[in-house]
Amino acid sequence: MILEARDISKSFRGLKAVANASFEIPEGGINALIGPNGAGKTTIFNMVAGVFAPDAGKIIFQGKEIQGLRPDQICAAGIGRTFQIVKPFAGLSVLENVMVGAFLREKHSSAAKDLSLQILRKLKLDSKAGQPASSLTLPDRKRLEVARALATRPKLLLLDEVMAGLRPTETDQMVEVFRDLNRSDGTTILLIEHVMRAVMALAQHIGVLHHGEVIARGTPQEIVRHPAVLECYLGEETEV
Amino acid sequence: MKKEFIYPGILGILLVALPAFAGNYALSVATLILYFAYTGQAWNVMMGFAGQLSLGHALYVGVGGYAAGAIFYHWGIGPWAGLWVAMALCVALGLLIGFLAFRFGISGVYFALLTIAFAEFTRIGFDHLDWIGGPGGMFLKVAQRDTWDLANFRGPPLMYYYTILFLTISALLLCFFLLKSKAGYYWQAIRENEEAAQALGINTFRWKMLAVALSSAMTSISGVFYAFYYNNLFPEQVFSMNRSIELILGPVIGGVGTLFGPILGAVVLTALSDGLTELLAALGWEIPGIKQVFYGVVLLLVIMFLPNGIWPAISRRLRL
Repeated sequence: MILEARDISKSFRGLKAVANASFEIPEGGINALIGPNGAGKTTIFNMVAGVFAPDAGKIIFQGKEIQGLRPDQICAAGIGRTFQIVKPFAGLSVLENVMVGAFLREKHSSAAKDLSLQILRKLKLDSKAGQPASSLTLPDRKRLEVARALATRPKLLLLDEVMAGLRPTETDQMVEVFRDLNRSDGTTILLIEHVMRAVMALAQHIGVLHHGEVIARGTPQEIVRHPAVLECYLGEETEV
Repeated sequence: MKKEFIYPGILGILLVALPAFAGNYALSVATLILYFAYTGQAWNVMMGFAGQLSLGHALYVGVGGYAAGAIFYHWGIGPWAGLWVAMALCVALGLLIGFLAFRFGISGVYFALLTIAFAEFTRIGFDHLDWIGGPGGMFLKVAQRDTWDLANFRGPPLMYYYTILFLTISALLLCFFLLKSKAGYYWQAIRENEEAAQALGINTFRWKMLAVALSSAMTSISGVFYAFYYNNLFPEQVFSMNRSIELILGPVIGGVGTLFGPILGAVVLTALSDGLTELLAALGWEIPGIKQVFYGVVLLLVIMFLPNGIWPAISRRLRL
């Protein structure tokens, strides 16, 4: 297991956002955490990424407890993340954006530049390397988020609603990008996602959150037939 | 790539040769321009690169000047030793402000207010320090003006001119290499979006502290220069809010975060405002405060028409 959460909980002023959630992410796979609005997906994401610490429970990454570490320490440990609302360094060029990430593992500008160009090629952004990041379209900005995170050479990539706001064809292109990354580099991916189309196409393992609890786990085929999942997404079945 | 060096190179040679064909007045204006260029560059490291707005940079000029000045005044020890004391004091002050702000999440305008507060209470404190003259000021002995006494940094205007020219060029080169290094990228990332920067593994606290330390160290050198060039220091003057604003006008008008903005801004402000004053004086008009009016008008025009400063517009035109 590359990442394990054991009974993590988080409350905001008495509102229990996540209650005793546990899950494991096997190394090398593409995993997804889904759930209706307010289920606690983003809270779990933020606890793993170090934005805030869980009130209780442990988060274990590659055998080490990481709960309560700062975001930069989490990143240095090997977990890369993207932001749901993209946060490009608008005043810098696309290449420079990625180089900021690359400097985590590369000391010299030339090495950071080489690594960044390589990643930009992989994400098909190399033709736009010299443009200011502020000139990119939304799908390209989402790609840039991924490129920047990849430049820190993560073992685990956390994607926060990376498909949100994309058109179906753009979603399919992104799905292809992640499949490719996972296949070629063996990067473990954890998606937090709303868009079912993407989740079903990509994920090998899915966890379903509802009211802060993990109510179901399994493959996409198992999840779509799981009664508890159907209930929380579609409502209870009633006899007429 | 090469173009980047041609214009600054020509400018540098002209500046080195300047004393050969400039009179004393022109030399003193040039010294003043370079002083503002250097200090603006130091401020630019903090605001332009790392995005931390300091409106109290006069603090470092004042403390740096007073420290080296007092050591010379009381014990006759020249600025080469005093410089290190000045620098250490200023870095300590900068780090204290930085620690208070960055540890407790004070940012943006509130950070700027904190820097003003430190400059202001240092001004009031220095007014009550009799050891360095209190409100009556501290006067360094003006010795030989015609021989170069490098050990005590006393000499003709030419010596000061070359010193500040050397400092300005060094600061420019330092910033040039910093911007191309990891530090430059990290600072700019923090400036653009701190949350995203942290998510990419940047210890934002440490890098912001580093920017403050470097900026305050560089500014302390301008303080030492100021003290030994003007030979007098008054708390009401050196620590005043006006001074802090005057220091940052150059980079703001020239272009915040650019390498040549602080230099260009200093040229525009100092040369034109002194030129204007001279011109008016030649016409027989002595208008007190015309300099401030001129600053205001230039700032207004730049904000209206070139919000990124003059240098970005020029470099686009020159295709640098």
